[in-house]
Amino acid sequence: MTSTISSDWQDIAERLGSANRLTAGWRDADRPAILRVHAGRYGPMPALPRRADWLIGAVTEAGLTGRGGAGFPTGRKLRAVAEQRGEPVVVANGMESEPASGKDKALLARAPHLVLDGVVLAAAAVGASTAHLCLPRGRNRLIADLRHAVGERAHAGIDPVAIEVHELPHGYVASSETAVVNWLNGGDAKPTATPPRPYQKGVGKRPTLISNVETFAHVALIARFGPGWFRRAGAGGATGSMLVTIAGAVRAPGVYEVEAGTQIGLALDRGGLHGQARSVLVGGYFGSWHEIGQVGTLPLASGPLKSVGAAPGAGVLYALPPDACGVAETARVLGWLAGESANQCGPCMFGLPAIADDFAQLASGRPRGNLYDRLHRRLDVVSGRGACAHPDGAVRLARSALSAFAADVRAHASGRLCGPARRGRGDGPALPLPPSFGGSGRDSWR
Amino acid sequence: MTRRLAVNPIACTGHGICASMLPELIGLDEWGYPIMPDHPVPDDLTPLARRTVRLCPTLALRLESADRR
Repeated sequence: MTSTISSDWQDIAERLGSANRLTAGWRDADRPAILRVHAGRYGPMPALPRRADWLIGAVTEAGLTGRGGAGFPTGRKLRAVAEQRGEPVVVANGMESEPASGKDKALLARAPHLVLDGVVLAAAAVGASTAHLCLPRGRNRLIADLRHAVGERAHAGIDPVAIEVHELPHGYVASSETAVVNWLNGGDAKPTATPPRPYQKGVGKRPTLISNVETFAHVALIARFGPGWFRRAGAGGATGSMLVTIAGAVRAPGVYEVEAGTQIGLALDRGGLHGQARSVLVGGYFGSWHEIGQVGTLPLASGPLKSVGAAPGAGVLYALPPDACGVAETARVLGWLAGESANQCGPCMFGLPAIADDFAQLASGRPRGNLYDRLHRRLDVVSGRGACAHPDGAVRLARSALSAFAADVRAHASGRLCGPARRGRGDGPALPLPPSFGGSGRDSWR
Repeated sequence: MTRRLAVNPIACTGHGICASMLPELIGLDEWGYPIMPDHPVPDDLTPLARRTVRLCPTLALRLESADRR
């Protein structure tokens, strides 16, 4: 049935274009599209037999990669889950614990049915009859909206799949896939050791497809309009569109949809980049700092970004305000990341606070002992030694700061603060940091 | 058959017995947690590696075939 796209669908596909797909009709909306509006916008959801291999093939052919951070090919993930023994389970990850990102919330709050369509279609494709939507506890309006949307679908009787909405503790590492699975299994929202990976043994010991909510929304579009249409957008080896969160030194911060592989400079310009901004954080707090002059013409796509040690990650582009000190901002984020450790693995539990402390010394211009050697040794030794990628992300951020802010780092290390650090910042710290989850005791891991 | 040492970082609590049993292969970081070698266990050390795995108080250490990683 994929080969023959009805003329209605063709009209809609044309209208959606290349970077107005997920955000069609809702850029300025302040409430979720109800089921009828959603169906008018995208057309009815294609009917799907169970174990529909064609959808897995279509997603593979589309070249869709996960939009949560790791960027794994979604078709391969679907295939791996479908090929395991036993009935699979589907999990949509809407935790979005990345403080600088707002895309998942924006998508869920405006187009919940696009995400839910994708969840239902993916579930049918792999042969699952249960799906879980995981949302951050405390975002009460979002949770109510999604429960309402699930209720609408149940009332309309359109889904062969039961969708359960869950509220999980909103810690940074609580959004990693093994943590979500562990929570759904009755445990803490803390990462677990792998193997087994969720696709092998996840929720209820069943093969589990867990993907970011935006990824499911793309699946819903591929099922309707086909892989050829999906690939009409994209550059730099990446296909389709993607949501990005543009923030920092821009006139209009917010969530934008761009073609995957859009040049970083052009993406930043969507938000109206401040002319004086020189550095950009790419990906998120597990991402990396770069000089805009060096990465501005690079596509926001994993292949081309690999050459500079970057990745699209969760689609965050944060332009450092020109009056902020990159060293001090990184020190703040590293301190926060250290506090977000689940404190399960020694190298993360002890290594991240040590690295954050070294950075704090650097930021204050009062290094103790042989700071460079100590910091580099710690960065080398911590990486790759956690059960999850949390320590690796913190190390990546720290290393990139040492390189992107090299001149400022040298000045700070010799006791001379850089200009912004000396003058201080009227607006206070730049990068957004929620209250620490791990250390505050404001919430439990369960 | 080539084998590789691996540690479950959640189970490991840093007793350090592995590093004292097998200093040829396992070092400790500054916080007392073991650093696994990035090369396979040489044949002549395999019996000692097996004994070390059995002695880990938290059963965090494994000897696994080198092809899975």
